[in-house]
Amino acid sequence: MPTTAPAAHALGEVTASDSTLRRFLHGLPGVDAVGLEARAASLGTRSIKTTAKAYAIDLAISMVDLTTLEGADTPGKVRALGAKAVRPDPTDRTSPSTAAVCVYPDMVAVAKEAVAGSSVKVASVATAFPAGRAALSVKLADVRDAVAAGADEIDMVIDRGAFLAGNYMKVYDEIVAVKEASGAARLKVIFETGELSTYDNIRRASWLGMLAGADFIKTSTGKVAVNATPANTLLMLEAVRDFRAQTGIQVGVKPAGGIRTSKDAVKFLVIVNETAGEDWLDNHWFRFGASSLLNDLLMQRQKLATGRYSGPDYVTVD
Amino acid sequence: MSDRLSVFKTYKLYVGGKFPRSESGRVYEVTDSKGKWLANAPQGSRKDARDAVVAARKAFGGWSGATAYNRGQILYRIAEMLEGRKDQFVREVADAEGLSKSKASVVVDAAIDRWVWYAGWTDKIAQVVGGANPVAGPYFNLSSPEPTGVVTVLAPQESSFLGLISVVAPVIATGNTAIVVASEKSPLPALSLGEVLATSDLPGGVVNVLSGRTAEIAAPLAAHQDVNAIDLAGADDVLAKELEIAAADNLKRVLRPQPVDYNETPGTERLTAFLETKTVWHPTGSLGASGSSY
Amino acid sequence: MASTSASAFEYAPAPESRSVVDIAPSYGLFIDGEFTEAADGKVFKTVSPSTEEVLSEIAQAGEADVDRAVKAARKAFEKWSALPGSERAKYLFRIARIIQERSRELAVLETLDNGKPIKETRDADLPLVAAHFFYYAGWADKLDHAGFGANPQPLGVAGQVIPWNFPLLMLAWKIAPALATGNTVVLKPAETTPLSALFFADICRQAGLPKGVVNILPGYGDTGAALVAHPDVNKVAFTGSTAVGKAIARQVAGTDKKVTLELGGKGANIVFDDAPIDQAVEGIVTGIFFNQGQVCCAGSRLLVQESVQDELMDSLKRRLSTLRLGDPLDKNTDIGAINSAEQLSRITTLVEQGEAEGAERWSPACELPSSGYWFAPTLFTNVTQAHTIARDEIFGPVLSVLTFRTPEEAVAKANNSQYGLSAGIWTEKGSRILAVASKLRAGVIWSNTFNKFDPTSPFGGYKESGFGREGGRHGLEAYLDV
Repeated sequence: MPTTAPAAHALGEVTASDSTLRRFLHGLPGVDAVGLEARAASLGTRSIKTTAKAYAIDLAISMVDLTTLEGADTPGKVRALGAKAVRPDPTDRTSPSTAAVCVYPDMVAVAKEAVAGSSVKVASVATAFPAGRAALSVKLADVRDAVAAGADEIDMVIDRGAFLAGNYMKVYDEIVAVKEASGAARLKVIFETGELSTYDNIRRASWLGMLAGADFIKTSTGKVAVNATPANTLLMLEAVRDFRAQTGIQVGVKPAGGIRTSKDAVKFLVIVNETAGEDWLDNHWFRFGASSLLNDLLMQRQKLATGRYSGPDYVTVD
Repeated sequence: MSDRLSVFKTYKLYVGGKFPRSESGRVYEVTDSKGKWLANAPQGSRKDARDAVVAARKAFGGWSGATAYNRGQILYRIAEMLEGRKDQFVREVADAEGLSKSKASVVVDAAIDRWVWYAGWTDKIAQVVGGANPVAGPYFNLSSPEPTGVVTVLAPQESSFLGLISVVAPVIATGNTAIVVASEKSPLPALSLGEVLATSDLPGGVVNVLSGRTAEIAAPLAAHQDVNAIDLAGADDVLAKELEIAAADNLKRVLRPQPVDYNETPGTERLTAFLETKTVWHPTGSLGASGSSY
Repeated sequence: MASTSASAFEYAPAPESRSVVDIAPSYGLFIDGEFTEAADGKVFKTVSPSTEEVLSEIAQAGEADVDRAVKAARKAFEKWSALPGSERAKYLFRIARIIQERSRELAVLETLDNGKPIKETRDADLPLVAAHFFYYAGWADKLDHAGFGANPQPLGVAGQVIPWNFPLLMLAWKIAPALATGNTVVLKPAETTPLSALFFADICRQAGLPKGVVNILPGYGDTGAALVAHPDVNKVAFTGSTAVGKAIARQVAGTDKKVTLELGGKGANIVFDDAPIDQAVEGIVTGIFFNQGQVCCAGSRLLVQESVQDELMDSLKRRLSTLRLGDPLDKNTDIGAINSAEQLSRITTLVEQGEAEGAERWSPACELPSSGYWFAPTLFTNVTQAHTIARDEIFGPVLSVLTFRTPEEAVAKANNSQYGLSAGIWTEKGSRILAVASKLRAGVIWSNTFNKFDPTSPFGGYKESGFGREGGRHGLEAYLDV
């Protein structure tokens, strides 16, 4: 299959052929797992208090891709989610909106209506999410449906089977094709890091995704046992940092799945701050794929405002 | 044939695998226990000591890098060579130490057996004194003994052969190289040992044998910055203290003189006295990226 | 540095509470189970290096006090060494547990007296101190099985002199194996960091340790010299400078005193072009900025392969810019204060010499507090083996960067030092790690990691970094008559 290079950046030539791409990805520096995890854990010991905590919680809320990806999703459920994204805390109008709602393609239109007039974007998973086991034509149709329904952002999954089999060019070509089908929508490329298994693979996948034109690289679907972790997110932040240094192109990062508490979210923000830097401390460049996280952030926000610990009855279920 | 005039042997130093005379050109008279002249021995100088250090340092890389099995083979080869020249050493030890032939023979047998004992140690000591350390973290951690480097050995003054071998063999068994200062009074067995070592596959420079005034040769060796350790077995208390002070200049490992019965089977003390412990860490990690959580 | 830049995510101060520790206005010597004044009544002050605030006034031991303490230790030795090992073990387990219980208090105390960040005292020093006592406690009744023959005997009274860089941890490294093997001790803490050793005396009291088994004598170098020289001391253990180590080696010449010395270093941290670069950067930072570089095994020489030099230096500089220097009690502080005015001046002098000799100096933008002793993290590039800063131990947050082209050259440069304490190797190629590790003349080799410590892992140097090992089974040997 002929390949269209996504960008005429400094690394354009590495995708010239299967072998150049393979050589490039296998030539990336290795990752020492213990060292990486130790660094992530060490950043996790930062103590974020008072004003810094208030800043981090509001920032985290603004970065949430409020997500519902269930077989049982209904228009009613999606509308409630949209309302919550626009105004997360009905009792406090100063609370920021979330970055986006994230839904299946058939719910995009409903979601779009629910967040109309707000800053909240609609993201849609596509490409036969979460397994990605479908023909490319089916995946592209999935993407086009979502875009046609008004999706601002597309969250695609890569073909992990092809990646693990070493068929990097197939994965690359698919991303390029999906990017093209996404048109103006920003493309988030999900690696399913839990299935890639090794940190070396996660680093290679990150570069592969960025070379293919990803606007965001995203850890996981939230549908497997291991999703976002501080370590794999740190590793992906190193990748976007280094990619920008080499090409001038900034790519966003989205850890998804498993981030449930404010404390966890703040740890991720510390990792962003001290790895990629403050240029990524903005919901245009960093997102949390989460659902229950938002209520915990809101309870912490109420605690900071009132000095009292809040409870689940003081935030909305949706 | 009984009135045949015998051929005397010119005793020489053994340095870097060669047999030089002393650079100083000096010799001194060596007599037996009754005062009868036996031979002239080279009276080694500071310069000879310096040459010996250079030779020992040069030999260190190869000898310490040889496999422990190979070192064991060579030490055993020394025993084999000695066995073949036993009569000569019995005669020399008898003369040197005033022993009967039969007593000297027992001493030489013990000396040969000591090489065999240490030949067997070369590939076992690391297992006895090294090993894995169970650190509390995701790290593989292994301690291994390594030779200290160039070791000066002041051979015992009285036990000119068994004592000599008892202090030299453990030093080189572990991969050190040695500069041996022979018994001042009875240097001939040590100098003859050089001839055996030269024909035992032992690389030149691994053992260097000097004879002469112990105090004169030992002083520059104790102060030498490229010597890593010193065994003071052959020093008296006054000299030992002086040398230990000099040795502090580059923090040599010092083995102080102590009463030793060289007839006893040795322990591991002389082996471990000139070993360093190197501990290497490496992360182990997990099979996958899924180990981490928060 | 991050603490002074206008970052969007400005971490608010997060100070650890000082109220957890109660420092008395004055402390005595701890001899024979009692706190007592010095015979000549001398005292000295200990200050907090981050603020120069006087923390307490400490009795300063003189020769008469050394004699009194050694006598007390000698007297205690008789019963202590005769105790069943299992009983000695239980005392050490008690001590380990009390340290765990009081670890927050001791961490704050250590940070106040030493100037190092609370993050380090809390997460490194104190856990290791407790672990060390716990480890050696278990040896006390198993010495027959330690590989030194049957029934190995203690030496008697151990005179121990420790440095200021890890005050309580060095105390643990000295006291735990000494007591486990049945010796009694007289320990002199450093003059700038006496407090944690005096708090340890209180822990001995809480643990019910018999009188005289542990004696603590604060003082200066002359106190240490008197202790080393005391004729009734059987064992000398010293951690500190190579110069003092040599003086001790001369002093004990001709005696029966057994000696172990843990001295200086100029560790080479070798980064090959196939290294895991991001982890290598972390290892370099840990190697030289942990405890402000005041670590004998610091990776103070970075040897980087020329083919990755630019990439690595860019990453390293970016990383240094995120280090947070300031109040050591702040939980987010990475770089604390230099321990003393004297040490600061030594670092400053050597750094000036580095510049004068033509090396290129770099530090991240960094505002230093107005009081206390501070030094910004510093890199030197264009350094060669001939530079003073590549040879002399600086004992501060100063990294000398050198380059190499081949593994042979890396090993040759790494070994080209009077010291031989530590080294680091960074490469993803296993055979290279093993080949290089086997050629390095250093007692501790960290491959793809750095500055890791564990009570089970023997620690100590080659060459002028000293002799003897502390930690692990090996650490017992220093205190046994074997």
